[in-house]
Amino acid sequence: MKKRLLAAALAATMVAASVTGCAQSGDSKGTGDAASGDTVKIGGLAPLTGNVSVYGIATNNGIKLAVDEINKAGGVLGKKIEYVPYDEKGDAIEAVNAYNKLVQDDKVVALIGDVTSKPTIAVAQKAVKDGLPMITATGTAADITKAGENVFRACFIDPYQGELMAAYAARKLNAKTAAIIYDNGDDYSTGVANAFEAAAKSEGITITNKEAYQSGAMDFKTQLTKIKASNPDVVMIPVYYSDVALIAVQAKDIGLKAKLLGADGWDGVLEKIDKSNQDAVKGCYFCSQYSAESTDPKLQEFLKKYKETYKTDPNMFAVLGYDAMGMMAAAINKAGSTDSDKIVSALKALEYKGLTGNTTFDENRNPVREAVITTISDGKYKFVENFKK
Amino acid sequence: MEFLSQVINGLGIGSIYALVALGYSMVYGIVQLINFAHGDIIMVGAYTVFVILVMMNLPLWLAVLGSILFCGVAGVLIERIAYRRLLVHEAPRISLLITAIGVSIFLQNLYQLLFGSDPKSMPKMFAFAPLQFGGVQLTSSTIINISVSVVMMAGLQLMVNKMKIGKAMRATSEDAGAAKLMGINTNTTIAFTFGIGSALAAVGAVLYCNTYPQIKPVMGGLLGLKAFVAAVLGGIGSIPGAMLGGYLLGVAESLTNAYISSNLTDAVVFGILIIVLLVKPTGLLGKNTREKV
Repeated sequence: MKKRLLAAALAATMVAASVTGCAQSGDSKGTGDAASGDTVKIGGLAPLTGNVSVYGIATNNGIKLAVDEINKAGGVLGKKIEYVPYDEKGDAIEAVNAYNKLVQDDKVVALIGDVTSKPTIAVAQKAVKDGLPMITATGTAADITKAGENVFRACFIDPYQGELMAAYAARKLNAKTAAIIYDNGDDYSTGVANAFEAAAKSEGITITNKEAYQSGAMDFKTQLTKIKASNPDVVMIPVYYSDVALIAVQAKDIGLKAKLLGADGWDGVLEKIDKSNQDAVKGCYFCSQYSAESTDPKLQEFLKKYKETYKTDPNMFAVLGYDAMGMMAAAINKAGSTDSDKIVSALKALEYKGLTGNTTFDENRNPVREAVITTISDGKYKFVENFKK
Repeated sequence: MEFLSQVINGLGIGSIYALVALGYSMVYGIVQLINFAHGDIIMVGAYTVFVILVMMNLPLWLAVLGSILFCGVAGVLIERIAYRRLLVHEAPRISLLITAIGVSIFLQNLYQLLFGSDPKSMPKMFAFAPLQFGGVQLTSSTIINISVSVVMMAGLQLMVNKMKIGKAMRATSEDAGAAKLMGINTNTTIAFTFGIGSALAAVGAVLYCNTYPQIKPVMGGLLGLKAFVAAVLGGIGSIPGAMLGGYLLGVAESLTNAYISSNLTDAVVFGILIIVLLVKPTGLLGKNTREKV
């Protein structure tokens, strides 16, 4: 008796489920799915809240501006782009969940994301299984594009930035000795630090100290005291801006005189240091991928438009976000279809002139172009020069 | 020379642990409650400084005073709202502990809601040129941290041992029932203890902001845990013990970072907790009192 009741209940549930299932599919016909509808759906992943939200919000804003422009100019394949961004809070698990939602529910044809290296690596592994064309605007860890043939990036990779800064220290700053302080719980930071160390040695720079700290540390005086004792010419600090703010202020506090060097994680550091402490980063050098002082009319127009739209100055992440979406749209147009394989081969052969300069992809699907060296003085970012190893 | 510099670095951060540990110790001493929300009071103090100093653009002394008062009042309110009913009804200690964790989570999320989760930068607060002694350099923040913490501890010791309210605190701590019979208002005394402990956390918050100019809603978590370890190490319930524990912990951290590995810093801190609990559960300066039955 009991069993029969159970079976009846189960059957009733199943009928109910299939009825609601029908209703749902009937509803969604109106909006249309990505391939056959009147829009081309491109997914986005970015940390819009949380510790690294400065990056995510800027990247997302840049992407949205690109989508607006492309749609105004007629979209791709004669259809409008529908950009579907999700907030992953800077967390790898949230990023993978959001990715699944993009692929299964939203049925996107391509992905722009993620923003920071750790979640991007996690998402790339999933995207390779699905064969989904993916460009990360700003994920710099070398491993990301190694995941597979369909994973591209718009920004420089970690080792490239480390090598570049080592070459810059040796050739332009005449550094003979260097120290490194890095976050050993972070792929980006260790990646740049190791590449800098190796490249510095081959440039003839002696590494006096290589000091690690744990993610989330607030006190760096111990490491900085050790560095100060060996008095290096430069200190490489390949970490993200909130940590840079703390390290630079404490370095000044203990009287460290060396020039501070950094990579593109420094972008946004001035916004995280109060005016009264900004002299701590005075005279530093970091590499980035574009300069707001460039005379390129396209870039100047973007900067103006961004400021009008979002009431804040764009940073490198916004620019890269814009370019990543531009690259994807150009590739879809060139492919002439939303077929994953065709988009991927179009991306491989792409020559794209964007805000960051002329970009092609190398055999590891990393961009090839010049880097910009930036310094800080009087509380402002200043363009120094374009530099190529 | 470098060794000495590292010890001094450790004393600098240890001073902040010590101030926070004092709050843990006092509250534990009087009601046997590990007030896990205490770490978050530092966060509340830091954000109060931020609001007054940066958002309202008022002078520093007002920010410091405002933060101390606000935290003191917040401490009293938390005791009144969250703990008093449990204390009066002699609820099991585990209920108190769970409530404390609840208050901690509540405060973190409240501030995340109010101010957002990304870190806020603090301005330079007290700064003067570092002092040189031979090869050893004392930075302004280290000097301020150490001297303020020593003055605070001395003041607290005086209050507990010489003033009437201090006598009431000691009496309540020794035997709350008997204290009540002697005409001591134990509820007021307990509330006062929470207030003073929280005010000290605010002082710790000011020192913290001056040393590390960046605050976020979750900053109290690890800081609170480390201060708790400091309190246990020194002997929970003992004021000089909390100070000693704070300094020792700071120095242990700094030396581990400098000479062993920065990967092991937190492992050493919590390793110390385990060793103390195994070898001398009452801590370095704690009295060995038997549980009252």
